[in-house]
Order: sequence, then C-alpha cells, then structure tokens
Amino acid sequence: MKQVPALAAVFAYLSLLTVGGGMAAFPEMKTLTVDVHHWLTFPQLIHFYSVGQLSPGPNMMMVAAVGEWVAGPVGALTVVVAFFLPTALLTFGVGRAWGRLEHWPWRTAVQRGLAPVSIGLLLAGSISMARGAVHGWVNGGMAFAVFALLMTTRLNPALLILCAASVGLVRFLAH
Amino acid sequence: MSAAGASGAPARAVRVGLHEIFLVFLTIGTTSIGGGIVAYLRRSLVGKKGWLGDAEFVRMLSMCQALPGLNGTNMAILMGDRLRGARGALAAIVGICLPGGLIMTATAFIYARRGDHAIVTVLLASVAAAAVGITFFVAADLGRKSLKGLADLVFVALTAIAVNVLHLSVLVALLVVGALAIWWRRPRGAAPAVARE
Repeated sequence: MKQVPALAAVFAYLSLLTVGGGMAAFPEMKTLTVDVHHWLTFPQLIHFYSVGQLSPGPNMMMVAAVGEWVAGPVGALTVVVAFFLPTALLTFGVGRAWGRLEHWPWRTAVQRGLAPVSIGLLLAGSISMARGAVHGWVNGGMAFAVFALLMTTRLNPALLILCAASVGLVRFLAH
Repeated sequence: MSAAGASGAPARAVRVGLHEIFLVFLTIGTTSIGGGIVAYLRRSLVGKKGWLGDAEFVRMLSMCQALPGLNGTNMAILMGDRLRGARGALAAIVGICLPGGLIMTATAFIYARRGDHAIVTVLLASVAAAAVGITFFVAADLGRKSLKGLADLVFVALTAIAVNVLHLSVLVALLVVGALAIWWRRPRGAAPAVARE
C-alpha cells in the first residue's frame, strides 16, 4: 500500500513520454519499475507486456497489471488513472485549441519534426524489449517470423501470438 | 481526396447520450484484440455511427499522434468532447479502458499465484518473442508510412542511439532530438505565407 504514491508518480511521468505510442515509454518503464523501485523483474515486466498484446483495448493496459502486482486493485486503479489522466487533460486542452493552432506556422514543424523522433522512440522501446525477451535461436526466429508476416500480410497480431504460444507448448511437451 | 473545405462536421440535430458514447467505446475496448485500435475506431466512429467524416477522422488522428498518449485514448477524449463536452470525454475514455484494464488486473492476480509454473514460463517466453516481432512491426509500419528523406532517417537513428546506446533517459532523448528535429523543420522565409494568401 505504501507504494501507491510512488506508483502514481512513476506512471504519471511515463504517461508524458508516450509520444507516438506506448512502446516509447518502455525503456524508461523498465528503468523505473525494475532498476529503481524493484517492483518486479525485467522478465516479469516483459511477461505483462506480452500478455497485454492479447488483451483488447489500448495496448498499454498492461500497466494495470503492474499496478495490481505491486499494490493490488488499488494499485491497478492508481496506475491506470496516473497513466491516462495527464495525457487525457493535455489532449482535451489541445483539442479545443486546435482550431487556432492549425494556422500556427510552427504546427507543421512540430508535427513533421516529432514524427521521426516518435518512430525512433518506438524502435528504441522495441530494441530494449528484445534485449530482455529474445533468448536463443528459436525465439529469435519466431520474433523475426512474426515481424516479417505482419509486414507482408494483414494477419491479426493476436493470432500470431497464439501460434507462438502453441510452438512454446510443443517445445515444452517435447522436452 | 475530399475538398479542402471539409473541416467542420455537419451540424448535429440529435444529442448523443452519454450512455451511448460509453457503450460505443466500451465495445471498441472489448473487441479491439491484437492492436490496430485505429482500424476499430474508424469502423465504429466513421462507419457505423457516422459521428465523423473520413477527412475529419484523419485530421483528429494526426493530432493524437503529435501528442503524448495512446491513439485509442486520445481519440476517445477528442470524440467524447466533440459529442458531449468534458463528460462525453470521460465516458469515452472510461469505456475504452475498462475491459482491458479489468483483464490485465485479473492477469496479474493469476500470474502472482501461477506464474512460476514451468509450463507458464515456457509459454510466456514464446509469447514474448512474438510480442517483440509485433513491436518492431509497429515501428517499421509507421516508418514506411510517414518517413520521408534522409533527415527523417537520421532523426530516427539519433533517437534510438540516444536511448539504447548512450542510455539517456527517454525524456532527454525526446527533448534534445525533438527540439533538433522541430528546428530542422522550422517555418522558413515568406514563401508559405505568400502561398497562403
């Protein structure tokens, strides 16, 4: 329970880093939840993120799992509010001012400039996660196969997760 | 491509109820399995409900992408606000977050009790590998849609190097490379202003 204020502070801060997508905040989430606060291990964080890919809704709802893990249902609620409220208020305000902002000469500069940076942050998040999640040739090959299939087909990613899980199951049973 | 004047949505005669906003976003929050929430939003808001035109949807989405926050929740805020103000925004964001939030809370609850079983560990290692493939795809897919020219590629690389190689915090990378990139794209000279007149 005494972790609740720290949870709120950490996830409110992470919220502001999610430019381009939730993955942008992943390296910082790892640093703060694993290295600084020792709330969980890196493999556990990766497990929550991965299972989160099977869950519906905005793809960072896995933060609720981190909150529940650390401080129960109160922790889950705290983290979800902390993670979504700051950006919600920002979007609400900017949304209302957007009519005026649309003719602001720097608006295009901000949008054009932040596009590659946000993609760079997603890439950085992916690299950071790959370092912790991919061990051995089979898993590396599976990650690459999923990437290649998604780039070339329109398969639902959740389906590929289930396929990967069945590969894991077969490996476990064959062991 | 529609005409440039398609900015304002047509005036709405019927006031949309808060419960309807909540239910529409609850449905999106329940059915959007496997990422790609934007496609679900478009199908529902532009297609089924007709609350937005396609051009307006794209315009709102580009705003969401330039702001921190997830596309799904930012779109919920903008759509809810447009339909019923602050209370509409609240109904929309609670609706879209509730199902996934409950599922992930339950997941952690079960994980705390069963997560160390050997079979769970092996399954999750495979699932994590697939998830890594998905996250690289999301970055690459956005990249192939929106990156143009060498400068953009340099900014992508600088950001990733700052975080993964130099181990700078995401905030520092965002502020430093972001400022540099915005300055690079700064409005220049009188040409655009003349063109607008």
